[in-house]
Amino acid sequence: MTNAPDDQQGPESYYVVGEAAENGQGARACSLPTFTAGRHERYKRLVEGTAKAVLGLMAAALVVPVVIILGLLVYNAWPALSLSFLLENPKNYMTAGGIWAPLVGTFFLVVISLLAAAPIGILAGVYLNEYARDNWLTRIVNLAVVNLAGVPSIVHALFGVGAFVLFAGMGRSVLAASLTLGVMTLPVIITSTREALAAVPMSFREACWNMGATRWQTIRTIVLPNSISGILTGVILQVARAAGETAPILFTGAVFFVRVKDHGWESFFPYSLDDRCMALSMHLFTLATQVRGVSSEVQYGTAVVLIGLVLIVNSASIGVRVYLRSRKKW
Amino acid sequence: MDAHIRFNDVSVAYAGKTALGGVSLEIPRKEIFGIIGPANSGKTTLLKCINRTIDFVADAKVRGEVFVDGEDVCRTRSVYELRRRVGMVFPLPVGLPLSVYENVAYAPRRVGIRNRQELDAIVERCLRQAMLWDEVKDRLHTLGTRLSGGQQQRLTLARALSLEPEILCLDEFSIAIDPVTTMKIEDILIELKSQTTIVLVTNLVQQARRLADHTAFFSASRLIEVDKTETIFNDPAEELTRRYVTGDFG
Repeated sequence: MTNAPDDQQGPESYYVVGEAAENGQGARACSLPTFTAGRHERYKRLVEGTAKAVLGLMAAALVVPVVIILGLLVYNAWPALSLSFLLENPKNYMTAGGIWAPLVGTFFLVVISLLAAAPIGILAGVYLNEYARDNWLTRIVNLAVVNLAGVPSIVHALFGVGAFVLFAGMGRSVLAASLTLGVMTLPVIITSTREALAAVPMSFREACWNMGATRWQTIRTIVLPNSISGILTGVILQVARAAGETAPILFTGAVFFVRVKDHGWESFFPYSLDDRCMALSMHLFTLATQVRGVSSEVQYGTAVVLIGLVLIVNSASIGVRVYLRSRKKW
Repeated sequence: MDAHIRFNDVSVAYAGKTALGGVSLEIPRKEIFGIIGPANSGKTTLLKCINRTIDFVADAKVRGEVFVDGEDVCRTRSVYELRRRVGMVFPLPVGLPLSVYENVAYAPRRVGIRNRQELDAIVERCLRQAMLWDEVKDRLHTLGTRLSGGQQQRLTLARALSLEPEILCLDEFSIAIDPVTTMKIEDILIELKSQTTIVLVTNLVQQARRLADHTAFFSASRLIEVDKTETIFNDPAEELTRRYVTGDFG
């Protein structure tokens, strides 16, 4: 490309055909006239290459630190990781033992928060996208939802204290903490539901309405079946977020330590709805800052389990998306 | 004249911009009624007023009255019932993301037809009428959205016929369909005329001439002239109409 013999020609000659080209890179062992790049074409390739390099570098800048962090975590946690680490309760003022109690606590919090938030969020999203007319009230609601999604989690926590712990009289409990997490995830579930619904072409709805289908019939038969993938993805991603947040549960139900049964059936249901509970994110914070003499393996191990949970849930959501995209219907 | 559809001084404005200005028109029962006119003259808007799908256009303001079978469409008992009586085909082909079979069976299922044989019969009848049966009879269970554009257009037509509507509104139905198939569908339309009132909006002036018993000419949101098709084409009252049908327009 460097010494193509067309440098003297005008900028109009994007390609050079025939003999001139055969001296350049385009030369092949065939009798057909070959094309080689002109000056303009080479410039375009240069820009293209630069753009690709810069964008690739940016992508690498995202990926490399993640890989390094994950690698370091797993490397440091390796001695601690075992099945018993997952299944044992913390012992000796949390300096030994495993993470069963906080693991179950996180599971309870996430599941209950989802049971509360997903139905409300999805149905609200359906209403806002399919039924609500475009007027000032809807616009205010939409604005509120979008803004709510950006509110710091500590604000949700304080709301949870006021609304659930104090006003509703739940006290600091699994229920209050779950509902606080639910309130935190609600706006994002609503937004992602709306986006998934909006991705279904309007023409499908109009075709149904033209045949005398009611709005609900249209939603049930056409809109929901074709947006459920997006809706589920949004919900699953919120699982990961709810599992990782500490602030909303800090004041509403999670505590440093709860003594729970080590064996038997009851160890699977260590908390009832009005109990306080442990949670992984909180546990990690406690181990790192509040307790002396915790081995670093245990801290790293807890972090790896928490990140692992989030990764598994996120991969599941990617899996759902890939599967449903493969059977996209239009 | 036994009017099946009657427009009484109907005006429509989209966000303050007039799309249809004071149209009064009677569409007789059981005939093909052609509507011609240049783009943006309010033809599609007129159709949307018949089955009240204009309601879905957020910023549309409608004045005046539309009667179907003597019943004011704004005071009808059930707008869904009204829409089932009026079949609509709009110019863009829309295959619902369902199988070909379910596309056609969609409306019958919504009114509670569950019997498999009955549904089979409806699907075959409609696909035959839309001249699609021979092409899809072996793959009724592939997705409607996988069909070609012209096939999807005929699928849309088949869907519109699935409830045996008493009024069939066709808005540029032949836009994506090849001329040979179009001719065959036109023959079907002439057959259907014995049971159905057909409103045919078309940019193909000759299609209106071939099929329509009466023709209305719209221009710039107004009804310019309506008369027997021969009169419109051979001896129109308005100069504008004459220039449009002879292709000397603009």
